Amino acid sequence: MVDTVLTIEAARKRRGDIDVLRNISLTASAGQRIALLGHNGAGKSTLMKAALGLTPLSSGHIFIDGAPAGSAHARTATAYLPEAVSFHKSITASEQLALFARLAATDVSQVPSLLERVGLGDAMHRRIGTYSKGMRQRLGLAQVLLARPRLALLDEPTSGLDPISRHELFAIIDEMAERGTCVVISSHTLTEVEARTDRIAILRSGRLVADDTLSNLSQNAGLKTRVRIRANGTEADRIATEIGGKRINGTSVEIFCGTGEKMSELRRITAMGSAVADIDMQPPRLEDLYRFYSSEESQ
Amino acid sequence: MIRRIFAIARIEALITIRNRWVLTATLIMLLFAIALTWAGSAPTGTLGVDMLTVSVASMTTLSVYLAPLLALMMAFDGIAGEADRGSLGLLLSYPATRTEILIGKFLAHLGALAFAMAVGFGAAGALAASFGSVSAESLVALARLILTSILLGAVFLALGYMVSALASAPTGAAGICAGVWLVFVVLYDLGLLGALMADGGGWFTETVFPWAMIANPADAFRIWNVAASEGVAMTTGLTAAAASLPQWAAPLSLIVWPVLALFGARHFFERLEP
Repeated sequence: MVDTVLTIEAARKRRGDIDVLRNISLTASAGQRIALLGHNGAGKSTLMKAALGLTPLSSGHIFIDGAPAGSAHARTATAYLPEAVSFHKSITASEQLALFARLAATDVSQVPSLLERVGLGDAMHRRIGTYSKGMRQRLGLAQVLLARPRLALLDEPTSGLDPISRHELFAIIDEMAERGTCVVISSHTLTEVEARTDRIAILRSGRLVADDTLSNLSQNAGLKTRVRIRANGTEADRIATEIGGKRINGTSVEIFCGTGEKMSELRRITAMGSAVADIDMQPPRLEDLYRFYSSEESQ
Repeated sequence: MIRRIFAIARIEALITIRNRWVLTATLIMLLFAIALTWAGSAPTGTLGVDMLTVSVASMTTLSVYLAPLLALMMAFDGIAGEADRGSLGLLLSYPATRTEILIGKFLAHLGALAFAMAVGFGAAGALAASFGSVSAESLVALARLILTSILLGAVFLALGYMVSALASAPTGAAGICAGVWLVFVVLYDLGLLGALMADGGGWFTETVFPWAMIANPADAFRIWNVAASEGVAMTTGLTAAAASLPQWAAPLSLIVWPVLALFGARHFFERLEP
């Protein structure tokens, strides 16, 4: 049986004249890692705040662990990391985390070890006012780990982190997922989350335009491989007319081919013999995939 | 529920202490209370009351201005500041209700105010006692002054949170709080005074005016302190208004106001989307 943690049913949110969320339905189960992608203003943060019960929906429902979003049970079951998290500058990390532990009714004695875990061991008794943005982000992450939540909503968790901290962040996310937490990570860069998530959901102007695994998404998108042919001497014109590509500079021609056509195109190119000096193939990149789903003109 | 309220109160108390608010408020109260007691030591002989009675009368006038001001300055950032920093959304994602958060903050700030009042006015009492110019009656008046100052502070803390929940930014909240202070403490009385002059001792002066005064917590504070103590009344000019009101009116106003203002603050806080 699938252990469903998050259920979003036909969620709509209107703010003035604008539909911030349009009829979004999504389910997620325990241990899943889901990337929630979209441009700035696509509705990622609003969807997260609605799941936390902070923003009321215009219509539709969100349930967390079977309880309506914002209810006491749902809040106990959910951990949240806001985008660009901030705290009062005159308290220390350990005091701040102790507050959260008390509010969540968990063990306060785990605070030092959790701060060690996110690399704030030496700084835990310093005031947060002296912290860098990355350190505040780590403190935010530490509070996510407090109560072994059923659902973790991480809003742009990688912002402000250096590459090493980013690596550690994903190690922590993996660990949470292994323990059965459903982790939703919002981001606007697909490359950052692709290898680290089980599923990708893409929001475009409040609409859910994709919700699948990465391999299925790229298959459905039918994106083409780019082949760049460098010509010998002045042969570029001839290659362009015979192969049917586009001249991109004095010596190179570029063509695009689908997954099925790749080998036949290659045979045609090699048949041109010494006119071709070199070829360079580039399969569809994640950014292309993301652009395909998130740009207005694609669908 | 109680545990969560105390968790919030505890962190707010830490913030209030580290922001030097406790120190600042206490020093201000101490400074004014001692100065007024000292200055009040001169005319005691002619009035036939002891030194502390005179100083309680002056300190009552002082507290009308200072208690609301200190309370509003502590409270204005309470909700707007968290919303502005972005920490409010995180706090609200925890299983603490908005009512619990509000009460937690209120307890911490009220504690800081109570400390400042008790130390400041208490020091004035001790000073008067050291001059040997204290009566049992004047000690009761002093205790009443401390208690009512805390209640007055509670009203304006709650009003401060209400403004803080309504304003979208801390700077806006600070501005509105300055306006709230001006209206309750200065303009309201001026308005009443103007109406009094226009009426010239008629129906308004007889019936509406005393109740209109009691409706303002700052005036209720003044009347409670004045009416209850003959010595204090002698040194201020409010006796006439106070005499026409039932005894319970001023205490009732000062007890109902914080409760109503807290409900108001909760109402606007509930509507806030972080």
